Amino acid sequence: MKEKAACDIQEISSDGKLSNFLAGVKSGVPIAVGYIPIAVTFGLVSKNSGIPNLISILMSFLIFAGASQFIGVNLIASGASVIEIVMTTFILNFRHFLMSSSLSQRIPGDTSKKMLSILSFGITDETFALASLRKEEKINSWLLLGLNTIAFSSWNFGTWIGVFLGDALPKSLSTSMNIALYAMFIGLVVPSVRASKSILIVVIIAVTINCILYWVPSFSFISMGWSIIISTIISAAAGAVLFKGEGE
Amino acid sequence: MKRYIIIAVLMALVTYIPRVVPTVMLNNKKLSPFFKSFLQFIPFAALASLVFPQVFYSTDSISSAIIGVIVSITLAFFRLNVITVVFGGIIGVFLCSLL
Repeated sequence: MKEKAACDIQEISSDGKLSNFLAGVKSGVPIAVGYIPIAVTFGLVSKNSGIPNLISILMSFLIFAGASQFIGVNLIASGASVIEIVMTTFILNFRHFLMSSSLSQRIPGDTSKKMLSILSFGITDETFALASLRKEEKINSWLLLGLNTIAFSSWNFGTWIGVFLGDALPKSLSTSMNIALYAMFIGLVVPSVRASKSILIVVIIAVTINCILYWVPSFSFISMGWSIIISTIISAAAGAVLFKGEGE
Repeated sequence: MKRYIIIAVLMALVTYIPRVVPTVMLNNKKLSPFFKSFLQFIPFAALASLVFPQVFYSTDSISSAIIGVIVSITLAFFRLNVITVVFGGIIGVFLCSLL
């Protein structure tokens, strides 16, 4: 059963680095749009926390990981130690290890290590989501590069705006846009959930575990980062055990 | 200033290493059926975990977030374009916040 592709690209040409790159860029537009308000907010928050402009910009350029940048800035402002900031960042972003593992199977096996190193830098929740839910088994590496590039550009562009243009964004608009990336995840996952019982079960297990870890007081010592990792691993493993040989 | 730069660079390193190691090491490896299946379920497991329950606290009020989620799921259920789902969700939240 053909599932609706996560992007609107109908055909992937197997040649032409540029055409694949541009196809990736085009498919990444939803992410780019969603990133702007969040990146602008980051620039603003970072500046208001007393972080020098250069550092805010540097963070988005080197780290490229939304939630951890926000929390990192928060920790810096509250006087946390370097170790605490770095450890928290590590745990918060560790889920990308799982995403990277998953994506490694979708990139052609003859891709150069150099290209792999560049591509993996761009793995974020959103680029991972868009890439993983593509129809084709092996994703063209230049397409992936295009996808990551527009996402990265948008994130950095937004940061610059947030840092230099201040509170220009009306508050009612920015709060409504908070839902944007969540809506994008929902938009990507629901069609697959509808088409496959195994995926539905995995999703239900993941949501259940994560909600329990979040809401039940005895688990409150578990940070968000760990919580996501735990529910992801358990539900994906349950899926692999219960539904041998499936996954899409 | 130097302390800030050190922090930013260290944060970048601990973020990049988990991203690059699996991709580079597992890319052309043949994996067991169980592991392969596990990795194929990861996207759905991870996305579900990323959305719930955090989404409910992402806007000004829980009710506007709930409306946004319901609208998004409904639009997505009918296989509408992702951008439509996103705009639908945003509009849903915005309208709810006006009430």
